[in-house]
Amino acid sequence: MKLKELTEKCGLETVNGFADENKEIAGAYSSDLLSDVIANAKKDFVWITLQTHLNIIAVAALKELAAIIIVNNKEIDKDTLQKAEEEKVTLLRTGLNTFQISGKIYECGIH
Amino acid sequence: MNQRAMYSQSFTIKGGDFINAGTVSVRIKRLLKEIGLKPDIIYRAAICCYEAEMNVVMYANEATLDFTITVENITVKLSDKGPGIKNIELAMKEGYSTATEKMREMGFGAGMGLPNIKNNADVFEIESEIAKGTIISFKINLNGKH
Ligand SMILES: Nc1ncnc2c1ncn2[C@@H]1O[C@H](COP(=O)(O)OP(=O)(O)OP(=O)(O)O)[C@@H](O)[C@H]1O
Ligand SMILES: [Mg+2]
Repeated sequence: MKLKELTEKCGLETVNGFADENKEIAGAYSSDLLSDVIANAKKDFVWITLQTHLNIIAVAALKELAAIIIVNNKEIDKDTLQKAEEEKVTLLRTGLNTFQISGKIYECGIH
Repeated sequence: MNQRAMYSQSFTIKGGDFINAGTVSVRIKRLLKEIGLKPDIIYRAAICCYEAEMNVVMYANEATLDFTITVENITVKLSDKGPGIKNIELAMKEGYSTATEKMREMGFGAGMGLPNIKNNADVFEIESEIAKGTIISFKINLNGKH
């Protein structure tokens, strides 16, 4: 499934536009621990987290993730938005919590 | 510079600087891409650099990262001035962390950084002296299997 389609199906908010809306999603990983994401997320995964600070951008850039999905409608730091721009990392957001959005994404066929 | 080195560069990393944390690794990754190394080599090198860089940011005062590419491998050596590691065996254990409450809130402190380096590098070494600093070195082979 392409990133744009997942965004629409799951009602995700686009925070900074898409770096690549046609990116084919390879999977998803939910975690708030950065080194855990480094270890277990894979290229072109979406990463579901409640972390919103600047350091999430480097993780997504290095791991070549398709997008970061911020849960609970958390406000995103200005620094994070700027860094996301620089590194071309797509930020998406949802009012759902990690459990709920993970289930929804799973239902969309991403396992 | 080593005779067979095709490329080498040094970077400085500052302890406690969470704003610029990770930028050296992102730069190295970009560099490796420009040089045209294989994607999975670049990926693994970037992960190792990131974890080592973050440990300097979290635990040390400052560090120099020396980075060399030869026909055989990528070699990275990070020497920091800092508290050193008392028990290296313990530090290498997955889940062991001395991260502060504030770092943990940011999602650091899973105790997976050093294991991540070990799992992604082909050679990995740590030397440390208490109250002096730590030297982390790792190599990633350009040819052959990981
Ligand atoms: N450069 C360093 N100087 C001093 N102590 C270090 C250094 N690097 C690691 N350590 C010690 O080793 C421990 C384990 O490091 P490791 O990178 O595996 O996990 P972490 O940094 O605590 O958490 P994570 O990397 O998952 O965010 C650290 O908590 C710290 O006590
Ligand atoms: Mg670490």
